[in-house]
Amino acid sequence: MSLAQTDKYYLPQPSLWPIIGSVALLLMAIGGTMTMREIDNGGWILLAGTAVLFYMMFGWFAEVIRDSEAGRYNRQVDSSFRWSMSWFIFSEVMFFAAFFGALFYTRVLSVPWLADADTGSLLWEGYQATWPTAGPGLTADGFDFTPMGAWGIPAINTLLLLSSGVTITWAHWGLKKDNRTQLILGLAMTVALGLVFMGLQVYEYIHAYQDLGLTLGAGVYGATFFMLTGFHGFHVLVGTTMLIVMLLRSIAGHFTADHHFAFEAVSWYWHFVDVVWVLLFIVVYWLI
Amino acid sequence: MSDAAHAHDDHGHGHPTGIMRWLTTTNHKDIGSLYLWFALIMLFAAGSMALLIRAELFQPGLQLTNPDFFNQLTTMHGLIMIFGVIMPAFSGFANWQVPLMLGAPDMAFPRMNNWAFWLLPMAGLMLMASFFLPGGAVAGGWTMYPPLFIQGGISYDLTILAVHIMGLSSIMGSINIITTILNMRAPGITLMKMPLFVWTWLITAYLLIATMPVLAGAVTMLLTDRNFGTHFFNAAGGGDPVMFQHIFWFFAHPEVYILILPAFGIVSQIIPTFARKPLFGYASMVYATASIAILSFIVWAHHMFTVGMPAAAQLFFMFSTMLIAVPTGVKVFNWVATMWKGSMTFETPMLFAIAFVCLFTIGGFSGLVLAIAPVDIQLHDTYYVVAHFHYVLVSGALFAIFAGIYYWLPKWTGHMYSETLGKWHFWLSVIGMNIVFFPMHFLGLAGMPRRIPDYALQFTEFNQIATVGAFIFGFSQLLFLAVILKTIKGGVKATDRVWEGAEGLEWTLPSPAPYHTFETAPVVK
Amino acid sequence: MKQKWQRVGMIGAALAFSQSALAEYAYNLPTPASKVAQDVFDLHNLIMLVCLGIFVVVFGAMFYSLLKHRKSVGHKAAHFHENTTVEVIWTVIPFAILMGMAYPAAKVVIDMKDTSNPDMTIKITGYQWKWGYDYLNDGVSFYSTLSTPREQIEGKAEKGEHYLLEVDEPMVVPVGKRVRLLITANDVLHAWWVPALGAKQDAIPGFIRDSWFTADRIGTYRGQCVELCGKDHGFMPIVVEVVSEEDYAAWVAKKKGTAAVAAADNTRTFEMSELVTRGEQVYQANCAACHQANGMGMAGVFPAISGSPVATGPIAAHIDVVMNGKPGTTMAAFAGQLSDADIAAVVTYQRNAWDNKTGDQVQPADIAAARGGASEAAAPAAQ
Ligand code: HEA
Ligand code: HEA
Ligand code: HEC
Ligand code: CUA
Ligand SMILES: [Cu+2]
Repeated sequence: MSLAQTDKYYLPQPSLWPIIGSVALLLMAIGGTMTMREIDNGGWILLAGTAVLFYMMFGWFAEVIRDSEAGRYNRQVDSSFRWSMSWFIFSEVMFFAAFFGALFYTRVLSVPWLADADTGSLLWEGYQATWPTAGPGLTADGFDFTPMGAWGIPAINTLLLLSSGVTITWAHWGLKKDNRTQLILGLAMTVALGLVFMGLQVYEYIHAYQDLGLTLGAGVYGATFFMLTGFHGFHVLVGTTMLIVMLLRSIAGHFTADHHFAFEAVSWYWHFVDVVWVLLFIVVYWLI
Repeated sequence: MSDAAHAHDDHGHGHPTGIMRWLTTTNHKDIGSLYLWFALIMLFAAGSMALLIRAELFQPGLQLTNPDFFNQLTTMHGLIMIFGVIMPAFSGFANWQVPLMLGAPDMAFPRMNNWAFWLLPMAGLMLMASFFLPGGAVAGGWTMYPPLFIQGGISYDLTILAVHIMGLSSIMGSINIITTILNMRAPGITLMKMPLFVWTWLITAYLLIATMPVLAGAVTMLLTDRNFGTHFFNAAGGGDPVMFQHIFWFFAHPEVYILILPAFGIVSQIIPTFARKPLFGYASMVYATASIAILSFIVWAHHMFTVGMPAAAQLFFMFSTMLIAVPTGVKVFNWVATMWKGSMTFETPMLFAIAFVCLFTIGGFSGLVLAIAPVDIQLHDTYYVVAHFHYVLVSGALFAIFAGIYYWLPKWTGHMYSETLGKWHFWLSVIGMNIVFFPMHFLGLAGMPRRIPDYALQFTEFNQIATVGAFIFGFSQLLFLAVILKTIKGGVKATDRVWEGAEGLEWTLPSPAPYHTFETAPVVK
Repeated sequence: MKQKWQRVGMIGAALAFSQSALAEYAYNLPTPASKVAQDVFDLHNLIMLVCLGIFVVVFGAMFYSLLKHRKSVGHKAAHFHENTTVEVIWTVIPFAILMGMAYPAAKVVIDMKDTSNPDMTIKITGYQWKWGYDYLNDGVSFYSTLSTPREQIEGKAEKGEHYLLEVDEPMVVPVGKRVRLLITANDVLHAWWVPALGAKQDAIPGFIRDSWFTADRIGTYRGQCVELCGKDHGFMPIVVEVVSEEDYAAWVAKKKGTAAVAAADNTRTFEMSELVTRGEQVYQANCAACHQANGMGMAGVFPAISGSPVATGPIAAHIDVVMNGKPGTTMAAFAGQLSDADIAAVVTYQRNAWDNKTGDQVQPADIAAARGGASEAAAPAAQ
């Protein structure tokens, strides 16, 4: 368990990065609120906050990478990293659980209730509980949309992400064998798959908005659809960005066969994003 | 970036001083103090709101506030007490004590530790600032139920984002604490040898990581319903306002145990010290804590007995809620058994701990009454509920925090606090607290709804008693502030062990604990 | 004053006494007027007594220990710190006690939840901030709002006996009949509660949830909205008058009569002064809570009507706001709540009161015309 017997503790010095990050989030929150409330200059504040956040991330990560490459992270620290990454991913699981929960709740409970004996006859006359639905009020107002089919782009995307899970594992094998070419090639392929996935996702959204009438406002189906796929897409974006960093670091000769936690963390994260997608594909696209 | 230059030597000198020391610190003791000061300031802010609420409720009719401002006070009082007082205070204790108790030099991630703290003042700023925005602060209750929460203006968006930031802070703080506990223990400290305070925080951190993201999801849906045209909580679009309640309480019921488990931990450190007898039933205490945490995930809908769920669901949530009395009872019995045949003295920490055991149980019993679904249907959203949760939160969480401060302050500052003032603080608090909150049980039973600025005449007397109590209790907290300031400034030098019966690693250190401790791990047999 | 301290003294006494003593003073649930309320009352007493018993045993032991096992009386600490047997005992006994509580509680739950075979059904709708009642069997519909005068609330007049617990139109039901309640809301959550009848149910916009009661005794029973619903949450009481069956029939007949008169109003043409007088009443009852009696609203929350561009601009836009509300704000659609005559009157009033001196007149016929296409906007919760 505890590795302290063999290693000395590593203690970082006081750092400005966290307070910069806090200010960044404050600016983003204020700017975001102003933007949503349509107050002038909100967008600029939001943008400034985001810029500061990026500055902080670059600076902080660069420092961590320098420390790591300088060999300052011993096994103790490495194992701390592992614990923290696992718990972080657990927190992400719970974040998605909230939205999956919402989808489950509306499909199984609230939509049928809206059409049941009392509610249906007194408030929403004529409403039929089906899935997908835009809900009784919107339907009565003549709102209509076409749900997203599963076997076009979504199926292709599933294949893409599943293959990317394979390529990143292959890259990892390469790293463990100290085969840099395999590592770099594997990473590059993973990045490419991630990028194509995102491209298709964007195309799908445009298609949904322009041709299908499927929007965020398309009742609870549209809301759950875009929230789940949207947050997943955002995670793919973050994952791909991190993969690109790993790719650049690999090209720069970072990592050794037995010391490469950053790489592993990213690949855990990537697998997590993968699993979420499979669930999404099944419950959001397929089973409708 | 001066820090980047320093980053290359492990033990560089020339630490920043003044305000920069506090802004950039990576020292767990500094960060612990920051958390505790933040909590104290927020206690006075949110407490002042409570006093305003109580002043308005002194007699029927509208005197000091208008109904909208009253709702703002109630909402902000609840939000700030929970997210700005109790949670940060416990994080402060964790920061100070977990490394000291485990023989670790610091937390696992000192920089992230700093970030987790400094996010809180930002969120606090956003919340407090909203009082001054057009339309005032949020007035939808700390539970943020839609559709009411969809109606409000700018401060509602600000509050949602503040909740996001506080959630981020909690998640980072918890990951840090869990990792520290799992990975930074000195050799020889096995899990089942950890002090109970550390155990309770380990489980609390787990609860936080599991539920904070769910809250983030819930408020994100509120935000999109407000601003981006989604229909999660709107029946017209196939959504359901009650869905928010399910998701919210899936977070918020575990949250109330987040607000009490570290208190259990603190009390479990204090009672053995002053009983001069080891904690009775250590292992069962650990198992009980874990059981409470596990059960806490399947009881949430006891806050929603009146939304109209099927009888089967009501029965399920009623039974599961009642079950929590079992492990909690185990804890109470073990504390009593620890005192039994001890050799007790009654310094201020012990007094608060004893009051905790007794008064928390009263709150637990009223919780059990509420858990009985048919009875809850009468009492839901009345002052009975207000009485219940103030017993568990004020004489529970807050008293445990007082106890912990008195207990460890000598170790932190190197000075003994004034026992006389401490005792005054204790007695005024206990008496005041009961005068405020005990009559609320009767108000609730008689039918006074919560969150109302004005009430029917039959509720007058008990409200007057409660208000008098609130001012006694509130102003005695100034005494608490005085004790702390006085102790920091000086006083009798504290010994290393401080308390005759104290056991554990932290008491082997000098008082005050040096800025850096355990740079090499102590060996514990 | 004296009475107050008497009561304080009685807290202790009441706690120590038996169930019936608990019932005497205001230290317990109100006297039940229905079987369910009675069941809850008994259940609560039972559980309180059990808790009290446990409390006495556990803290009896603790306080005994606090007295006897203190250092100052020379007690030396024992060293025991573990005993599996006692741990098992104090796990199993509470569990058994809880089972004993769960059984009677479950019976009451099942009874409360059974809303089948009603004698009559009433649909209740919560609005910000009033209650709407629709008697589905008898075809009676009306709104019920707080009738306590503002002066009493603001401390400018002596408070009456039923301060804040009185309404203009109480809900009336016959005694001994099983009344099923279908509860919903129009805007935000509310909750309908009459303690003595033992019925409390959240009102959820867009959904119907049911509850029931059978009142055992004739009388007037009061309750309040118990779910935070915004500014005037504390000012939307509920009054239920339980009457004999004959009185109930008479009440229904009377209600139908006034409804017929009101319907006739919708096809009439009014004089300006009639419109303004009627409009002022409608305004005070429905709009003043937000826009204030002086028409000045509340800065940042509710716009002023006095001098408002809407209330002084084109009439059609004004009528539209009142009839269809403003989605996403607290301004509700009043098309479904007010009659054509009332809307005409209130719009006329707003256009001529305070600083608004437009001289415009709106007649019920104008509203009927405006309803033309938009009448389904009355669908609840469709924002
Ligand atoms: C620290 C916080 C805390 C804690 C620890 C608890 C503990 C408990 N709470 Fe409480 N609760 C809140 C904070 C807390 N609560 C808050 C903030 C709210 C209101 C939220 C809002 O609406 O704003 C609330 C509301 C609330 C409700 C909803 C009321 C309503 O709105 O209608 C219910 C209903 O079941 C409930 C039940 C319980 C129970 C059964 C426990 C149990 O854990 C208690 C267990 C303890 C004991 C029972 C005592 C000790 C045991 C023994 C001595 C053993 C022997 C006993 C027996 C066999 C009976 N609580
Ligand atoms: C940990 C949590 C916590 C704590 C400690 C408290 C502490 C107190 N609470 Fe509160 N309370 C809640 C959590 C808490 N509360 C929650 C969650 C709600 C529900 C909110 C909702 O409905 O949404 C609530 C609601 C609530 C209500 C119901 C309001 C309503 O329904 O409308 C009331 C009414 O009396 C109340 C009173 C008090 C009082 C008198 C105290 C006292 O203990 C306070 C003591 C006062 C002080 C400590 C301040 C001292 C200040 C001074 C002496 C002034 C000096 C001034 C300066 C230096 C500036 N609280
Ligand atoms: C629950 C609070 C509430 C009640 C009750 C209410 N209103 Fe409003 N009203 C509002 C709000 C909020 C707005 C502002 C909407 C917006 O943001 O455009 C508003 C806007 C208006 C406007 C447009 C004013 C302007 O300048 O934009 C008119 C006219 C109006 N209301 C008339 C009425 C009438 C008539 C009634 C009663 C029959 C009424 N209101 C009852 C909250 C209320
Ligand atoms: Cu309606 Cu509260
Ligand atoms: Cu709970």
